[in-house]
Amino acid sequence: MAKNHPGPSANEGNNRRDFLKKSTLITAIALAPPSLINAAENKLDEKIAGAFEKAPLNLEVNGVKHSLTVEPRVTLLDLLREELHLTGSKKGCDRGQCGACTVHVNGVRINSCLSLAIANEGNSITTIEGLAKADQLHPMQEAFIEHDGFQCGYCTSGQIMSGVACINEGHAGSAEEVSEFMSGNICRCGAYPNIVNAIMSVKKGGNG
Amino acid sequence: MNQFEYVRLSDVTGAAKAISKVANSQFLAGGTNLIDLIKMGITTPARLVDIKPLPLAMISRTAGGITIGAIASNSQVAEHADIKSMFPLLAMAINAGASPQLRNMATTGGNLMQRTRCPYFFDITMPCNKRAPGTGCGALEGINRMHAILGASDKCIAVNPSDMNVALAALDATIEVTGAKGKRVIRIADFHRLPGDHPELDNTLAKGELITSVTIPASPFNKNYHYLKVRDRTSYAFALVSAAVGLQMDGNTIRAARIAMGGVAHKPWRATAAEKFLQGKTATDENFEKAGQLAIEGAHGYEHNKFKLKLAPNAVRQALLTAAAKK
Repeated sequence: MAKNHPGPSANEGNNRRDFLKKSTLITAIALAPPSLINAAENKLDEKIAGAFEKAPLNLEVNGVKHSLTVEPRVTLLDLLREELHLTGSKKGCDRGQCGACTVHVNGVRINSCLSLAIANEGNSITTIEGLAKADQLHPMQEAFIEHDGFQCGYCTSGQIMSGVACINEGHAGSAEEVSEFMSGNICRCGAYPNIVNAIMSVKKGGNG
Repeated sequence: MNQFEYVRLSDVTGAAKAISKVANSQFLAGGTNLIDLIKMGITTPARLVDIKPLPLAMISRTAGGITIGAIASNSQVAEHADIKSMFPLLAMAINAGASPQLRNMATTGGNLMQRTRCPYFFDITMPCNKRAPGTGCGALEGINRMHAILGASDKCIAVNPSDMNVALAALDATIEVTGAKGKRVIRIADFHRLPGDHPELDNTLAKGELITSVTIPASPFNKNYHYLKVRDRTSYAFALVSAAVGLQMDGNTIRAARIAMGGVAHKPWRATAAEKFLQGKTATDENFEKAGQLAIEGAHGYEHNKFKLKLAPNAVRQALLTAAAKK
């Protein structure tokens, strides 16, 4: 592809980014007193990605390092599903209300639909695909099967990721506490009692 | 989502410069509110300045209290040992809000900046003076069950949705900000605005100013306190009404009281008349009932939220009873 035709490839992105960065500085030069120009040139370098281009992103997903390029507006959820083809994390509401997209970022559970992928530089992500060790399911996965913690299964990966974090955070002291600290994961089939039982069984050390 | 430029910096000065460089820039921290608003087309920034890498996540004890960095997550604050021992009211309020996932992402500064959840604000096909000044208020004569009963105007009857802010109001927090004109400190009471003629302005921050930390002065309200949140379901819902209360007890006598309400106004509503009334009084249900009534002085109900005129004073009364009963 000719370089003067802006396109989506990584190399093109770099060139376009350089161009946009320069254009930003040109705008700055037009508006700012000369004393600010050097400051802008020095300070704005850390990370700047133009609106229409892809910028480089390095992150680790389920123990695998990835060097990618993303548009600033791509969410972590869309990156996982559409670019990395890890479709275990589900898009339910896409607004942080249902919890189906729950993943762990540096060990902490979050809603990946509300996190910009590009803001995850250097982060370590764990998705439902990263829980099992080869053919050995994670105890929480075993427990969900044993306790019938799902019906349609759409919310399940989010429930399991959240359940693992709930125990790690020390918020699985009682069924009531589990209910409260699992409230960010909605199950429209209504498997809640079984989900709580599954989490409590893992907390107690059983594999369900 | 609209397309936007993304800038990430690791120092406050650089972030302040980056925000002033492009018109219609916004700071991005946890993103739990902002990314949602961008997806819905409610705000369409040209540039996001990611402030998550700024060194503002510390929570530290100071001579006069505790200072919380603006980037400290809601979970970090609620789980912090010093917060739990000195300001358990704050921890309780934070844990009453959102979900664990959202609290892990959401920051202290971001929670202060949280925008209203008024459905007319969230629906870009509807009139809303807050989102699009001059278009009118859809809620005024629309579905206004969740809306304000205090301090509203004929331009806007939206409420501040935060739980954290209500506790911070009761605890007299101050907010440190930095901007083009340097640093300044804003009392929480002066941070959020009433809608008046300019409901598009949620707070008194100047353009480009960045919240750097929140300081809570030491206070004796860490024993007899309570945050009561009344909502449509037990968890993970915004408040219809909430009450953050703290009592300094001497036997059965109230030495000092703090009362703030959520879900009733465009800002956390501090009930100073009720606090003054309780000072020196005995902790009785009669006095708490009177305090509840004083807390909603001047309240006005709309078609669907008149129930709040009864629910709010009752919530204050119940929270005070619970707080006083703590041994």
